[in-house]
Amino acid sequence: MSEMGATPYPPGELEREARAADTRRRWLLSLPALVIIIFAAAGPLLVMVVYSFLTPGDYGNVKWQFSLEGWTNTIVQRDIFDDTLIWADAHLSIFWRSLSLSLITTLLTLIFGVPTAWFIATQPPGKREFWLFLVTVPFWTNLLVRTIAIQELIRSEGVINLVLLKLGIIDAPLQMMFTDFAIGFGMTYVYLPLMVLPVYAAVDKLDFRLVEAAHDLYASRWTAFRRVILPLIKPGIIAGSILVFIPCLGAYVTPRVLGGGKNLMFGNLIELQFGQGRNWPLGAALSLMLMVAVMVALIWYVRVTSREQADGR
Amino acid sequence: MADRPVKQPKGYSVRTLPGFAVLALFTFFALYAPITILVAYSFNAGTSLAIWEGFSLRWYYQAAANEAVQDAAIRSLYLAFSAATIATIAATMAALATTRTRHFPGKTMIYALINQPLMVPEIVTAVALLIVFAAVKVWTGHTSMIYLIAAHTAFCVPFAYLPIRARLETMDTSLEAAAQDLYASPWMTFRRVTLPLMWPGIVAGLMLAFVISLDDVVITEFVKSAGQDTLPTYMLGQLRRVVTPEVNAISTVILVAGAILVTLFFRLTSRRG
Repeated sequence: MSEMGATPYPPGELEREARAADTRRRWLLSLPALVIIIFAAAGPLLVMVVYSFLTPGDYGNVKWQFSLEGWTNTIVQRDIFDDTLIWADAHLSIFWRSLSLSLITTLLTLIFGVPTAWFIATQPPGKREFWLFLVTVPFWTNLLVRTIAIQELIRSEGVINLVLLKLGIIDAPLQMMFTDFAIGFGMTYVYLPLMVLPVYAAVDKLDFRLVEAAHDLYASRWTAFRRVILPLIKPGIIAGSILVFIPCLGAYVTPRVLGGGKNLMFGNLIELQFGQGRNWPLGAALSLMLMVAVMVALIWYVRVTSREQADGR
Repeated sequence: MADRPVKQPKGYSVRTLPGFAVLALFTFFALYAPITILVAYSFNAGTSLAIWEGFSLRWYYQAAANEAVQDAAIRSLYLAFSAATIATIAATMAALATTRTRHFPGKTMIYALINQPLMVPEIVTAVALLIVFAAVKVWTGHTSMIYLIAAHTAFCVPFAYLPIRARLETMDTSLEAAAQDLYASPWMTFRRVTLPLMWPGIVAGLMLAFVISLDDVVITEFVKSAGQDTLPTYMLGQLRRVVTPEVNAISTVILVAGAILVTLFFRLTSRRG
């Protein structure tokens, strides 16, 4: 403000022009990044909207003929005998598996993630970075490699079966691969760090004097946790839950490797339409459904975290 | 403190919760045990994945001699290097444009577009790219690595952008103003003041983008043309057949390379100022 007062010119035309030039320069500087993303990420999503309203071609791809079947086929299908509409049971069971496995995975990451976050946040300040680092490194290592590691663990000849057989607990190897259990187990392992980090941030900000006050008022540890700590770290828990839930819903690699060909999740159902299914419009419609579901969760996440920041002040 | 009731025994801390430490330590164990087993078995002399038959580098030699693995490894590195470099340059420019400034028209939109690849599940982006690139491939008859490089560059941009932006936001403009007071041209100011100051952010962004590109399976799987396997998609294909310890050996190499890059990344970003 003081600078503006010092200029000998009236703050009119000249300044407006300078501002416009500045805006132009900033747009120009951002242009390469924007072009790359529009060409190879955002733009193709718009093309996919168009494809979802076309007719499937005989050998994959599409015919340029308007059709709503891509969308209706997501939940209903025509009976091959009498042409009536029936529920697409195969799809509905895959939606249900995606939803329930994502929820179970979120719950499991909560059970293991919250104590881990608490443990890290209550370490002496100098040691916290080390423990945090231990949680973060697996997260940044290759997802496929971590999934393969789980496969090694639960295969029929894997380490878990080997140990259980040696101990005489089981007589024959347990079939864990290619089950819903395998997918849930794998996703919990793979996405756990996404729960730990936001909960850690919440516990780190926790004012322990409030917990002390609860104890002074004769609250047991459990009551203090339930009535004081939990409400205070709730935003972190919600944030972590959404952060785990979102990639679970869109998971592709983990269910493909650990679930095999029978136990499909949403991502694998989408792939199927571009492979054997040869129904690109249906695949496009399913993709857009998944995208909208994830967007809703993301918007919720942004709301939670911005409210948390507002509360922090 | 002195007149607190004696209800609390010595060493009582409100920071301990029963069972939490045990669960936490178990979690750390569970995070590292599967990886450790994977690495251990890559050094197994036997063909079996389960029975330990002594230490050997046999599977590493076999993987290194496998031409498909060699090709995939070179392709992965070439792809990650190209995509990360282009993405980092674009992200650096975008970060310079969108930080340390008043709100200008379209700023929010630029920010939203740059982060767009993070908002959409990978499988969705992958099939959208499949649709568009399939049409372009038919139309032009051109099937080089350019599609993979474009796809990887796009999803690397937000990852490169984040640390660069974070770095820029810790820098105030006073040093640049001082340079300009001393009659440095805008280009000179950028090259001698701004660039050296933001360099750690740029290197961090480059490394993050490199790791992200190297790790990608889903988008690569859908965009690649025949014979364009990267190391991760090659391994994914192998898993369909019989798993050999060779996959463990390749996994170990990827793990170690990734861990080194991530450690360096943390070193770069945690040292403030």
